[in-house]
Amino acid sequence: MGKTMVEKILSAHTDTDNFKIGDIINVRVDFAFANDITAPLAIKYFKESGAKEVFDRKKIGLIPDHFAPNKDIKSAEQCKLLREFAQEYKIENYFEVGKMGIEHVLLPEKGLILPGDVVVGADSHTDTSGALGAFAIGVGSTDLAAIMALGEVWLKVPSTIKFIYSGKLNKWVSGKDLILYTISKIGVDGANYQVMEFSGEVIKRLSMDNRFTMCNMAVEAGAKTAIIEPDQITLEYLQGRATRPYQLYKSDPEAFYEKVIEFEVSKIEPQVAFPHLPENAKPISEVGYIKIDQSIIGSCTNGRIEDLRIAAEVLKGQQVYPEVRLIIIPATQDIYLQALREGLIDLFVSAGAAVSTPTCGPCLGGYMGILAKGERAISTTNRNFVGRMGHPESEVYLSSPAVAAASAVAGRIVSPEEVK
Amino acid sequence: MIIKGKVWKFRDNIDTDVIIPARYLNTSDPTELALHCMEDYDPQFTKKISRGDIIVAGKNFGCGSSREHAPIALKAAGLSCIIAQSFARIFFRNAINIGLPIFESEEIVDQCTEGELLEIDTVKGTIKNLSTNKVYRTDLLPEFIQKLISVGGLREYVKEEVKRRNNRNV
Repeated sequence: MGKTMVEKILSAHTDTDNFKIGDIINVRVDFAFANDITAPLAIKYFKESGAKEVFDRKKIGLIPDHFAPNKDIKSAEQCKLLREFAQEYKIENYFEVGKMGIEHVLLPEKGLILPGDVVVGADSHTDTSGALGAFAIGVGSTDLAAIMALGEVWLKVPSTIKFIYSGKLNKWVSGKDLILYTISKIGVDGANYQVMEFSGEVIKRLSMDNRFTMCNMAVEAGAKTAIIEPDQITLEYLQGRATRPYQLYKSDPEAFYEKVIEFEVSKIEPQVAFPHLPENAKPISEVGYIKIDQSIIGSCTNGRIEDLRIAAEVLKGQQVYPEVRLIIIPATQDIYLQALREGLIDLFVSAGAAVSTPTCGPCLGGYMGILAKGERAISTTNRNFVGRMGHPESEVYLSSPAVAAASAVAGRIVSPEEVK
Repeated sequence: MIIKGKVWKFRDNIDTDVIIPARYLNTSDPTELALHCMEDYDPQFTKKISRGDIIVAGKNFGCGSSREHAPIALKAAGLSCIIAQSFARIFFRNAINIGLPIFESEEIVDQCTEGELLEIDTVKGTIKNLSTNKVYRTDLLPEFIQKLISVGGLREYVKEEVKRRNNRNV
């Protein structure tokens, strides 16, 4: 019987022979990380565990990104905990403001997460790195403390759902639209506890940035993680980044899949997920008249260079609608610098957008763009739950950077076609 | 263990942003988190509940972020356990790790109403609706997880394992 990529990765990281789906196994971890929200508790529990040192100083990442640069005194205290812990335990991968970025964008960019790895992050969007062919799962703080002490994690062997995308993508349709469409078809618990394996000719042609976006939102369908088979595009991305050797795995043709779901993409339009669940996606042609107060382009979902390039393509020669706040947040310093060099930041500011230093900020209602009662935002982020970006009576609509940029110009949710 | 409490009913897909809004995540103090538990769902929730009360919810309870602050807030607010048709996986892990009992049951969620009294026998795996006298089965947790709970949760397990490894290295 064949094996899926995930089963092969787990086999290489456990001493348990012949495990099957549903078994609980102990797995060695190649990289573990936490942020300024989840690390403080993990640090507390780690210190209580009696461990004298972390399992490996090179294999832990601490990234203040959620409420950093410090949004208030309490956040400053939390970030300080990370900084001091990193110094005390000589953690090599602590990223200070000025060098940091949003963890799920930063860690692959720095070559710290690689194909074939078992990666555990104390953040639900850890699944993002599945785009590299790693097995990357999100956990909470106690699990992370255990990993920092022991270097391993218990987990239930998941089954896999295979998604096959075929056909040709329409203009303005991106990885974000594919994942919003997919979640709308299977629902917010459609892949609960399972792995989503993205495959097919469309995925083969998709850029790394778009692959990261797709894997990022698998958790929004309840998935344990997502994974994409590494190929030439993956290898090109890793060139000059990888900090250690890595292993490429492929699923066997006769591997067992819980389900196989096929999508023909040529009829898929840009998608907009209505409040208050990511599964509420509609094609842009069915959106109707929805006025917006704010547009956010950024986050671990869509704060990469290609996202900014698409936004710039839409915004070129345009002005942000007078009553709309457009906030653009490059996800890392490297992306910020690249955008600066390409003239994108100039274009954004000239168009009337605010450009911020990397942070998760508004995505989770932290700061840098909180919504007032009754306000409405279009956003390239990943969640549109009640109160996610501010007041419980505000609304978030999820979309691609192209739609978010076009809507910022039009003052209402529109297709990029309408402003070009 | 026997858990007894009054039912508060919730819909499907209760997310962690509703359980504890991110604007309060600049602290991890349980007492402070408890004050804001379910605030965006019902601002009076924590004032209405009594110690030991039970949340009975639909599917996918705890979906969304990995914040352990969510089960911590529920526990610190005084809830004794959560029963749902299903749980999102990170919430499931976090609840076990911090010692908030959780149970899955399809039937009881459809067949109990707010304010009824439930009694859960965690050893037998039964949930009794004391208001209707009906008894429902709930799946027992996997053996490994039961073992984890019996040693006092993951934190205690790690302490033991660290001690064992330290001794081995001496």
